[in-house]
Amino acid sequence: MAANEELAMLVQPDRVHRSVYADPAVFELEMERIFGRAWLMLGHESQVKAPGEYFTTRMGREPVVVIRKNEKEIAILINRCAHRGSMVCTEGRGNIERFVCPYHGWSYDRAGALQAVPFASGYEKEKLRELRLKAVPRAATYRGFIFASLSPQGEDLQAFLGPARASLDDFVDRAPGGELEVAGGVFKHAYNGNWKLMLENHLDGAHPAWVHASSVAVARTAPEPGRPGEEHYYDIAVRQMRQNGAPESVWEATGIWTTPRGHGYMGDYHDDARLVAGLGNPAFEEYRAILAREHGEEKADRILRVTLWNTILYPNASFMSQFRQLRLIQPIAVDRSVVYTYSFRMKNAPARLFRDTIAFSNVVNGTASWVLTDDLEVYERIQRGFASGAMEWAYIGRGAGRDVAEPGATRGATGTSEVFIRGQMRAWLDYMTK
Amino acid sequence: MTVEQFLYYEARLLDTQRYEEWLELFTDDATYWVPLEQNQKDAFETSSIIHDDRTLLELRVKQARHPRAHARQPLARTVHQVGNIMAEEGAGEVKVTSTLQLVEFRNEKQRLYGALVEHRLRRVNGGFRIAHKRVDLVNSEGELDGITVLF
Repeated sequence: MAANEELAMLVQPDRVHRSVYADPAVFELEMERIFGRAWLMLGHESQVKAPGEYFTTRMGREPVVVIRKNEKEIAILINRCAHRGSMVCTEGRGNIERFVCPYHGWSYDRAGALQAVPFASGYEKEKLRELRLKAVPRAATYRGFIFASLSPQGEDLQAFLGPARASLDDFVDRAPGGELEVAGGVFKHAYNGNWKLMLENHLDGAHPAWVHASSVAVARTAPEPGRPGEEHYYDIAVRQMRQNGAPESVWEATGIWTTPRGHGYMGDYHDDARLVAGLGNPAFEEYRAILAREHGEEKADRILRVTLWNTILYPNASFMSQFRQLRLIQPIAVDRSVVYTYSFRMKNAPARLFRDTIAFSNVVNGTASWVLTDDLEVYERIQRGFASGAMEWAYIGRGAGRDVAEPGATRGATGTSEVFIRGQMRAWLDYMTK
Repeated sequence: MTVEQFLYYEARLLDTQRYEEWLELFTDDATYWVPLEQNQKDAFETSSIIHDDRTLLELRVKQARHPRAHARQPLARTVHQVGNIMAEEGAGEVKVTSTLQLVEFRNEKQRLYGALVEHRLRRVNGGFRIAHKRVDLVNSEGELDGITVLF
């Protein structure tokens, strides 16, 4: 592996070669050419509010620390001592004055600068001045979301996001005052499958009726949602599970778009206004009134109308703004992936809305949930299928040839078009061969 | 029936896949909680690996029986090894703490879970019913593959 010409042959208009998912050499190149170059979403500014506050994550396989280094700036540091390579921070989050390496006691300040070195007389002073925790070459935020790139060159974040900015705007605008914060714990789940399988699944309108058949069936036997003010705490999740069993006509009528960078987003596919809007729910009415006071009735209605559903930012983020759920994927190996799932609280909205977010997270996106577990099972079965060389190709042709060009994006002919997978694969080819 | 015998019986029901009988061990107002965070205090403001009332617990068992429950069928084989049982009498309830080692086999994959467990048991007709069960997995905050077993 692999000349660019060979790589280019792996992706064709309506099919993808299995090695894209199963070949460790392709995976190594992906880490270099995709995760080593693209803007990756790392989290949200609310995770690093006070100076010294930090969290750890990965950019691809690179361990990084995101830390508030002072009132104004965030630093994103490779979590590895410049001396002998030990990780300097192993906690998931906290607040720290200095990172102290456990091996020889080298310490670094919040910006990654080397502060103190025991046995300093043994080193050349000039050399020590060069050594520090490496800062990630590029970092930027968009409306509170933190992004970084491991490459010093490339387009800026705004250009990278393109039309997908509208999905992040939708996420933030729904919060009164634009005030969002990560809260309620982080689910960390893993599966024995390629990282791309998750991104391809989250916009796939043809899968819920099959993958999620058991949770659809079970949710239909659940108690009916309580009357306004008397809801069960899990009603929001039961509604979502039922909606996964919506008839084909509903899925086909949904919008699905892909952008040149491989991002994608779905339009609304819900026929049950209460699922999202909670119309008649006193807490929702209060929330709506807060938005109306801030923006006026007309704009408040426009914000609350659901026009964007699941969004994928290629290659590492997936979110649902109505439920305030964000998932970030970390490729570990060609057949192993880790996903961090974050919930967001709207700081100026009634408490009940955050409880809905938590209930949704537990029942739909959680590690032992009714819904996610079946997705993970299917990812693992796909990975096992692709391990076989008896069949070389996977088919991605649903709706091919009927895609509709729109300004800045391509729309699938119907809601279940695989246009978004073809878009992701075009982006994959761009990263891998250019 | 002693507290010990009751916990062993509960484990036996799970390991012999008699989930519907296991459900009947719970009171109507029972809660079954597997927190996400260590020392988690609250189940409504912080996510949980499992936070079920009796209704959700019934739905969980129903899903396991569904023919297209891909992550659950065929059912995992399990061994629930219960130990370190200590009981403390309270007002109308017995608080029982124990440890759990759970071996699961499914899809050519064997997994081991470890947990600190707390039961709150109510005496009913000479036996016990579970009013509350809390299972704190030692790796609840770790990177976990999908979980479909019942603890």
